Amino acid sequence: MRLLSFWMSHRSELAAMVERHLFLVLWSTLVATAIGLPAGIIAAHRPRIGRPLLAAASIAQTIPSLALLGFLLPLPFIGGIGPRIAIVALILYALLPIVRSTAAGLRSIDPAVIEAGVAMGMTPRQLLWLVELPLALPSIVSGIRIATIVGIGTATIAAAIGAGGLGEYIFRGLSMVDSTVILAGAIPAALLALLADGVLTWVERRLSPGRHRLARAAPIAIATAALLVATLAAAELGPARPSTIVIGSKNFTEQVVLGELLAQTLERRGVAVTRRLNLGGSFICDRAIRSGDIDAYVEYTGTALAAILKQPVVKDPEAALAALRDAYGRAGLSVLPPLGFNNTFAIVVRRADAETLGLETIDDLRRMDAQWRPGFGYEFAERTDGYAGLASAYGLRFTAPPRVMDLDLVYRALATKQVDVIAGDATSGLIKALDLAMLQDNRGYFPPYHAVPVVRSAVLLAHPEVRQALTQLAGRISEDDMRAMNAAVDVDHRDVAATVRAFLARLGT
Amino acid sequence: MPDPRAHISGTETTPVVSLASVRFTYGPRIVLDDLTLSIDAGESVALVGRSGAGKSTLLKLINCLLLPESGTVIVEGRDTREWDPIALRRRTGYVLQEIGLFPHLTIEENVALVPRLEGWTEARRTARAHELLELVGLPPAEFAARWPRELSGGQRQRVGVARALAVDPPIVLMDEPFGALDAITRQELRAEFQRIRRQLRQTVVFVTHDMDEAFALGDRVGVLEGGRLTFARAAATR
Repeated sequence: MRLLSFWMSHRSELAAMVERHLFLVLWSTLVATAIGLPAGIIAAHRPRIGRPLLAAASIAQTIPSLALLGFLLPLPFIGGIGPRIAIVALILYALLPIVRSTAAGLRSIDPAVIEAGVAMGMTPRQLLWLVELPLALPSIVSGIRIATIVGIGTATIAAAIGAGGLGEYIFRGLSMVDSTVILAGAIPAALLALLADGVLTWVERRLSPGRHRLARAAPIAIATAALLVATLAAAELGPARPSTIVIGSKNFTEQVVLGELLAQTLERRGVAVTRRLNLGGSFICDRAIRSGDIDAYVEYTGTALAAILKQPVVKDPEAALAALRDAYGRAGLSVLPPLGFNNTFAIVVRRADAETLGLETIDDLRRMDAQWRPGFGYEFAERTDGYAGLASAYGLRFTAPPRVMDLDLVYRALATKQVDVIAGDATSGLIKALDLAMLQDNRGYFPPYHAVPVVRSAVLLAHPEVRQALTQLAGRISEDDMRAMNAAVDVDHRDVAATVRAFLARLGT
Repeated sequence: MPDPRAHISGTETTPVVSLASVRFTYGPRIVLDDLTLSIDAGESVALVGRSGAGKSTLLKLINCLLLPESGTVIVEGRDTREWDPIALRRRTGYVLQEIGLFPHLTIEENVALVPRLEGWTEARRTARAHELLELVGLPPAEFAARWPRELSGGQRQRVGVARALAVDPPIVLMDEPFGALDAITRQELRAEFQRIRRQLRQTVVFVTHDMDEAFALGDRVGVLEGGRLTFARAAATR
């Protein structure tokens, strides 16, 4: 009964997720009904308009949900991470059943009834409100019921884009390969769907007096079977929750390396560690540590402030760290001293050029802006806090227009002299591999992205050795060190654990 | 031989319904051609003809569900093209073979629907519905609160008749009102209809394919064939 104890220990979080889940589904179904009902009426009354309308709704339905979220992400107004885009996607999915059942309900009305209504002198509006809609209502409600059930299922996917809801447990469980956590989200979602089905079927039957239906058996049987399988799976699978320190990480190389680094550092001090590396994005890691599924992971100050804590960008590293400590502290999380390196945007040139021309800072670049050609990734070129801001902060005036290309390509374009200066990633392994050099941001234009271990305060209290061990890493990892380890894994395809072991040995902690 | 023209001799009143040189086609098919007919107040006209002869079309021209291609249809002294169709239909009771009771409304609500559209108070609507249910032989105490699906075909058609009479319309149109009923129920309803007619004296135009029925219920019997209307002799019995 690990599942029950998981729910007990996470009950306030669970309640919040159920609430968010219902919020997503109710809003989207409501809006979809407001759009779908008139659309269904039009579809039934004017087949010429109706057919393309239904076709459009059908097409929206066929787009896989993750792909649909992906399409919507970059759109203005509705796009972006969070519940808004999820609601838009859910609306699109809810439209088809509602439009179709409204149209079908209206079309299935006995023509004699309509004829009688018209001959009695009903205006089209009276006919619609007094005859057509009441008679189509059971069908409309069944469409809303289907839309709601589909919505409850689809809303679990919305967690992938940070919209919250029960899908969070599912995604967290998937990335931690822990079936208890998956079930902790899947079972309440299934129960919600059953509940919605039951309530709306009851409403549907109330609205069609005497017309008994037998379609009840199927959904209940399916849901019961699903629950049974899920419960059995819960009993079979999943190791017990470890009593060791759980280290997490996001899902890219540097993060996995850092997670391994924390883990090995603790192990060297004799602390038992469980690795839950490669979890997912910042959001997933944040949720995992807040709910106690992981005990520690490495976050970046800029990312934490902007993306997780939703606070304004702070350019002063000390102030950023203080703001972070404060916000995390209130959530029962502690920020340990920074590891040293700053994974910020980096203005990078060829090492040979830097040495022969004596370039050390971005300020020095002004000497070259008449002859040099810059190359940027799309995002850096477009964002006002990218190239435009940089140019005005440093008074750079490149005569040659910047070449814009995929971020992965800019390093090679620089190495092969197609461009002379690029904006890249401060800790990219390619900086070392391609013999490039990073210019110092001496005017502090880029916000700091210092790597800091975030640890649950309760763990630090219960295991003082954890703080001791991790504090030893403070300031010990330079940009060069991080680059070297990234390069070892990404460029030379070395084993992460071995790379970290070699680094720690050299560090001599 | 029947009188080819539809003039009632010895009547000075203006006709309630008159059709003059009416032509109506569905695509290439001529349904009504140069049709002329006038009906006086309180008269009962039965129209017979095989299916597709244009009987229902003629009814629909009178309550403005259709407009003539040429010629005029004048109801209560006004061309149907000039009538507000909604207002005209409220003054025209309509009974159809399929009955078309509203399945989501009780018997009482079905009967009281046109009064409701006309904005009558609820008390007045209920009183009127009960009066009419009594008239068509369905005691309101037993039937008012029931649903259409709980009634037999004959009972439903009685409700259909009651509904058509709800606002006491000067004209009642009946499109094969008893066509879907079994022989005994038909006999019963015919008798009932004659009783009601004697009581209310509405102008009635009804369509049937049953000659006996036409002669039993119509003051005049018109035969529609090839788009034209010819009148048989007046009904022998009343």
